[in-house]
Amino acid sequence: MPNPTPAKREPLFHIVKRDALPLWKSILVRVVAILLALLVSAIVVVFVTDLNPLDVYKSMFDGAFGTSRKIWSTLQNTAILLCISLAVTPAFKMRFWNIGAEGQVMVGCLGTAACMILIGDKVPSPVLMLIMVVVSIACGTLWGVLPAIFKAYWNTNETLFTLMMNYVAIQLVSFFCTVWENPKGSATIGMINMSSKAGWFPSLFGQKYLLNILIVLVLTVGMYIYLKYNKHGYEIAVVGESQNTARYVGMNVKKIIIRTMALSGAICGVAGLLLVAGTDHTLTTSSAGGMGFTAIMVSWLAKFNPLLMILTSFLIVFLERGAGEIATDFRLNESIADILTGIILFFIIGCEFFVNYQIVFTKKRKEAAADA
Amino acid sequence: MSETPALELRHISKRFGSVIANHDVSMSVRKGEILSVLGENGSGKTTLMNMIAGIYYPDDGQILINGSEVVIRSPKDAYEHKIGMIHQHFKLVEVFTATENIVLGLRDKGRIDLKKAAENIREISGKYGFDIDPDKKIYQMSVSEKQTVEIIKVLYRGADILILDEPTAVLTPQETQKLFAVLRRMRDDGKAIIIITHKLHEVLSLSDRVSVLRKGEHIATVVTAETSESALTEMMVGKKISLNINRSEPKNLTERLMVKNINCSSREGVKLLDNVSFTARSGEILGIAGIAGSGQRELLESIAGLQHLDSGEILYLDPKTGKEENLRDKTPLQIREMGVRLSFVPEDRLGMGLVGNMDIADNMMLRSYRRGKSIFLEKKQPRTLAEEIIKQLEVVTPGVSTPVRRLSGGNVQKVLVGREIASSPSVLMAAYPVRGLDINSSYLIYKLLNEQKENGVAVIFVGEDLDVLLELCDRIMVIGSGKITGIVDARGATKEEIGLLMTKTEGGEMYA
Repeated sequence: MPNPTPAKREPLFHIVKRDALPLWKSILVRVVAILLALLVSAIVVVFVTDLNPLDVYKSMFDGAFGTSRKIWSTLQNTAILLCISLAVTPAFKMRFWNIGAEGQVMVGCLGTAACMILIGDKVPSPVLMLIMVVVSIACGTLWGVLPAIFKAYWNTNETLFTLMMNYVAIQLVSFFCTVWENPKGSATIGMINMSSKAGWFPSLFGQKYLLNILIVLVLTVGMYIYLKYNKHGYEIAVVGESQNTARYVGMNVKKIIIRTMALSGAICGVAGLLLVAGTDHTLTTSSAGGMGFTAIMVSWLAKFNPLLMILTSFLIVFLERGAGEIATDFRLNESIADILTGIILFFIIGCEFFVNYQIVFTKKRKEAAADA
Repeated sequence: MSETPALELRHISKRFGSVIANHDVSMSVRKGEILSVLGENGSGKTTLMNMIAGIYYPDDGQILINGSEVVIRSPKDAYEHKIGMIHQHFKLVEVFTATENIVLGLRDKGRIDLKKAAENIREISGKYGFDIDPDKKIYQMSVSEKQTVEIIKVLYRGADILILDEPTAVLTPQETQKLFAVLRRMRDDGKAIIIITHKLHEVLSLSDRVSVLRKGEHIATVVTAETSESALTEMMVGKKISLNINRSEPKNLTERLMVKNINCSSREGVKLLDNVSFTARSGEILGIAGIAGSGQRELLESIAGLQHLDSGEILYLDPKTGKEENLRDKTPLQIREMGVRLSFVPEDRLGMGLVGNMDIADNMMLRSYRRGKSIFLEKKQPRTLAEEIIKQLEVVTPGVSTPVRRLSGGNVQKVLVGREIASSPSVLMAAYPVRGLDINSSYLIYKLLNEQKENGVAVIFVGEDLDVLLELCDRIMVIGSGKITGIVDARGATKEEIGLLMTKTEGGEMYA
């Protein structure tokens, strides 16, 4: 026992809630957390692989920014993750635990793919594009609104409901992958409209991802304004803080819940569109790739501020791509990448504790008292 | 004094962030003594007591029991030192009997012998004059019985030092007298008793000594017999203030709100309001008295459009057009759109009246944000209103953009009342508007209510302090278990009369 006076059993330390930290200090805490994370990761790398940690970090950086193709692809991944994060934000701000973004994105993907496969070569390109937009948004909205209606009218648990809707969506995609399989017997769809490129997003200035990125940027600014200056945004904030207050001033809480989840689902549908028409040009059961869950972390880390989400989503994509690069560069298996990502996220999320609380050591206090 | 105190605090300090809850507090209580800890809300009474009961750990200072220093890290430690605290909010399992609740958490060896425990409980009850049935389930008990269970629970664990946190807040005058008799018997048995309160007449009638706290600091400890109500107030507030409410004679009484035979029940089918009828008139303050939870909240919420009624009517007489409007089953929004200027200061300020995490300006917007056709919020006008209220009602805040939950209780209430009055209502309902407020803020609220009354507003005031109700209101309506048990003229009524009506179960035949 480190405690010098066990007879009196004084606690070694206790935890005290902090006042709001000044901005520069809270940034400092986070920077220190990232540095510590890099240090700990370096130690792990040295012990496990005997590699020079600086080389490892360099390869990590190269993974995200090494070539212009890699830069574009990092930006593209960031844009999609950011888009899904924007989608879950109004729901979480309303304290509606939408963990069904994965499923909402998947049905968005499914809707887009369906348009491309079924009518891709039958209608002119602009009409096809329009139909794709409408269908993907409608699919996402449907997946978002269903749990909201049940929540608003029968107070069902939205966490379970949205979670289960994910599995329904993935099973649906799995089913249609077999229906539309190409080539026959592969149980996968492969590139859709490989030759005609019908329904593929056009390249802008020779960059095939630029349109995706621009759409998400517009959505980001739009969401920021919606939440901060729009009357709906205000209602979302009030319902999230206290449904009783919302009812007291005469807000229609049911309507707000359903409307907000419709928006959340709709943006997930857009993300699905961007994934299939703008990026992958195919559909698999892992099209959303777990981003529906990662987006929740992005949104919370940014404290629901859409502009800050640009940073947090970029950070997470950088980590993932960098870690993947390490694994291939040094011929390590994928697990080392997961370990490093894990360590870094642990520190980034863990430092929030130190932003909100401080630890007071009993011994230090006694000395301070003696000095006084 | 040569006798070692049962409990002594030396230089206790406790901070929460930058808020100093207690600073260098020293006080003591002897065996066979009742000590009142007096102070306004936010003066650090409860924090101090929680440190003795092991809920918080002091940042600095020592606690001595019978002369030797102890460290209390948890409620379990506190029990080992024979300290027991009765909290304001009861911590009982509703579906268990009194006995089961009392033995809950005890770690005796072997099986728990409920029969023997019940016997012990009867013995304790007999000794101090409690009136309790050990086999009764908690949910069948009245508030005062539940409190009795809490006290016995503490005594059963062998406590010699008892701390009671505002025990009379939920009791009728009669029940309070009974509790005081029990406390006196315990004192005579040699227990050390600390009672937290901010009701001065209770302090004077019950305690042997009084310790006064102000802003977390110990101001003085005085012998009760040698002090007076005004001296104590001065110590509590830090300056002399007059404790008079200026009640003017009601003028131009006109019927404004007629409630006719309304009934309402909970989801489980329990009757919350039982055939309630009354009339509120403009130019007067109608007080509503009753034991907490007798249907006051449901009554006000029915009028505000937040409760679904089983039957009955709520008629509003428009002062301009003279038209009658039925408010029953209208939503708050519909009521507003009908042009009914109804303001409501609910009991749960931060949970219903305001949004704690939003700043003062955004909270002003709650009532007005719908105005205008633009899809964007109008932020300037609520900001101006916020600044006006801060200035006029002397709200202590770092600025308009401070979240309201960071303000003290009194200032939160000023913001809420200020907003509700700003819409120049014709009916103003206020539920416990001074609960948790310091004396200065309380009197400011009374003044505001009186001004509204003089402006011809029909004011409905739900209160808990009968002295205040008698001084402030013109008529007092008493509600008991969802029924109106009587309406009396506040100028002629006595506390005892109202206390009797509060516990009466049959419908009222007394009308003023």
